[in-house]
Amino acid sequence: MEITGAQALIKSLEMQRVEVMFGLPGGAILPVYDPILDSSIRHILVRHEQGAGHMAEGYAQVTGRPGVAMVTSGPGATNIVTPLADAYMDSIPLVVVSGQVATSAIGTDAFQESDITGITMGITKHNWLITDGADIPRVVAEAFHVATTGRPGPVLIDIPKDVAMATMEWYWPEPSDLDLPGYRPTTEGDPALVRQAVELLLAAERPVLYAGGGILKARAAEGLRELAERTGIPVVTTLMARGCFPDSHPLCLGMPGMHGNYTAVTSMQRSDLLIALGSRFDDRVTGRVDAFAPGAKIIHVDVDPAELNKVRRADVAIAGDCRLVIDEMLAALDGLGLRHSDATRGGRGGAPSDAVSGATADPGTPAEAFPRDRLIPWRAQLSEWQARYPLVYEQKPGAGPLKPQFVLEALRDATPDDTIVASGVGQHQMFASQWWQFDHPYTWVNSGGLGTMGFAVPAAIGAKVGRPDKTVWAVDGDGCFQMTAQELVTASSERIPVKIAILNNAYLGMVRQWQEMFYDERYSEVYLSPDLPDYVGWAVSMGCVGIRVESADDVAPAIEKANAVDDRPVVIDFRTDAFEKVFPMVAAGASNDDIIVDPSLTGDRHR
Amino acid sequence: MSVYGADKRHHTLTVVVENKSGVLARVAGLFSRRGYNIFSLAVAPSDNERFSRITIVVDVESAPLEQIMKQLDKLIPVVSITELDPAVSRERELLLATVEAGPDTRGQVIQLVGVFEGKIVDVGHDRLTVMLAGAPTKLDDFEDLIRSYGIVEMQRTGRVALPMLDRSGDHRPRALADPATGHHPGPGTESAHGTESGHDTEKAG
Repeated sequence: MEITGAQALIKSLEMQRVEVMFGLPGGAILPVYDPILDSSIRHILVRHEQGAGHMAEGYAQVTGRPGVAMVTSGPGATNIVTPLADAYMDSIPLVVVSGQVATSAIGTDAFQESDITGITMGITKHNWLITDGADIPRVVAEAFHVATTGRPGPVLIDIPKDVAMATMEWYWPEPSDLDLPGYRPTTEGDPALVRQAVELLLAAERPVLYAGGGILKARAAEGLRELAERTGIPVVTTLMARGCFPDSHPLCLGMPGMHGNYTAVTSMQRSDLLIALGSRFDDRVTGRVDAFAPGAKIIHVDVDPAELNKVRRADVAIAGDCRLVIDEMLAALDGLGLRHSDATRGGRGGAPSDAVSGATADPGTPAEAFPRDRLIPWRAQLSEWQARYPLVYEQKPGAGPLKPQFVLEALRDATPDDTIVASGVGQHQMFASQWWQFDHPYTWVNSGGLGTMGFAVPAAIGAKVGRPDKTVWAVDGDGCFQMTAQELVTASSERIPVKIAILNNAYLGMVRQWQEMFYDERYSEVYLSPDLPDYVGWAVSMGCVGIRVESADDVAPAIEKANAVDDRPVVIDFRTDAFEKVFPMVAAGASNDDIIVDPSLTGDRHR
Repeated sequence: MSVYGADKRHHTLTVVVENKSGVLARVAGLFSRRGYNIFSLAVAPSDNERFSRITIVVDVESAPLEQIMKQLDKLIPVVSITELDPAVSRERELLLATVEAGPDTRGQVIQLVGVFEGKIVDVGHDRLTVMLAGAPTKLDDFEDLIRSYGIVEMQRTGRVALPMLDRSGDHRPRALADPATGHHPGPGTESAHGTESGHDTEKAG
């Protein structure tokens, strides 16, 4: 069957069971937009290509399926560079199709020409410039395969206009037809190394499971929970891993890192064994690397071999998919448990906080009982830290300034517990991660690695498209909101009822916090004004419901009103206290031992 | 002058890549993005037309070798990477040089080329273009000696290398997978830290 390259491209996307894509047409991609009219694929017309990219990311993060975006050449393509970089850092499967000028015009500085494969080489897992229409189905199949397997990531397919217009003989490749001789992603872990890891794990006295975004990518949340419950080892969940282990679980210590809670940060510092699962020793987690977890042995499991020994040398480094390796660990635990003679003497192990389902299992079951006794002092220590250094804030009643944490607690309590929360980057992101209770995987969508301001609104829209059954709230800052708010027009016109909570403190809050703490309160270019723009008026003009909230008393009613709207987006402009800072904090480049907790906990009012 | 010699700061990597456009840019970009310095680079199609072989000499002072190899391994068109220890590999390089060779010195230059088993490939009135293929250290020595006559122009190709043939019992080239363990010393295992030489890092599998 002879069809055009454009038809082949859309048909190939259909073969990949793409249901929705986000994009904006233009000259070079025009031929590809024509067959979209006849396709089963829903196309969501964005207002800026960056929005298309972040929507595809949000969609991918909550569904586990690759997000697809389509843009034209030149500026269309360069506008999606930021989402590609974002997806690359956070290992999000993304397939971006970009138009390109005709092959005869490539390299001539043609109108709307940019070397997008060159530009995105360093921020995609791989990219392709198609020069022969016959390659289209195979390249699309390869692109989806590369994007979704191994360590997931974004890919880009650049398709010149003449290639899209020329005809080709349709075919659909078999898996064996893919031409990727150099691509063999790791899967299962080396059994010998897994055994070593389990032996270390059972011998440790102060172990911590350091769960990263790879747990979610590998869909390993259930395995992680079983591993934690069977061994009694507490879990920290990084910013990218929030929700992979329930915050409500007694073994959950919450988020570590620069703005992690005291117990999560300090548990790693004092640990004698860190079991890093799909986490990558990011600088925001480790603080000063040579002072990070000085007494800890390291077990590091990652699907990307290049992450192993990159920042911190591992005692046991296992290249493999987290879900498979955790399953191997659980199987190894079964095997080893029986050999432990003290196992059967475990009795009713566990610290007071040990009220987990696994802990009440029959004490005669060796594999479930034996590591627990040894961990009693450790868990007692953790409980003491939790009691001494909780997350705190003080909301004065009545006319006192509205605290962002108060807003988040109210929002959390007034929404279903599987609500999807998207955030931008900055103080509001850290407050959201700290104060939300994430009890379900794939409910937290944020820009972790790249730290892309403006991520929240489009990502929330993409998430809602992927999971229309769920409530989706974006928690955004006023600075972030202004970067991508135009996508609410997209949401309104496509009837995508997302809800946006702007924590409007009239500042680039995180930068302001640093200037206050580290630059002698010299505030340089961080003031934004609470009223300019008029967020309510702006929201209304974009087809949304707009609500302004200035006092604590109005918070709950406004949220209730927003939750009742299901036919259009809602924006709430919460006027929050500009003086509120995110604590705890580890200063950039400092050791995690020098964590700064909220001044009210130490009596130090000068911070 | 110690140029390409058996300098400990340099490592030779043989990288087999798909023979497609843009692959060299991906490999070179990987180095430049991280601020790693490429000392020399030679690339040409291999015996299989689907693949090209790139020989890269890297300055390891500027880069941790283990990370370089793992990052190269992540590039989709990279099929395999082998680190070649000069002690267990055959390295060769080609040098072309146009040398001042007036009537007084021409005989000496020709003699020198003869001693090094090079060739005269072009003759002018007072210059000679000479060619020498050999181990990089031999080229270093030759370059040092002809320098005093006056080098007008010179071009070296950068080295190419193949693992030395193993004439001991098992008849296997040293750079292949360890038959004892049956698996490749993939990145992340102790055996693939890359500081040891002669290890082959096939794509992690």
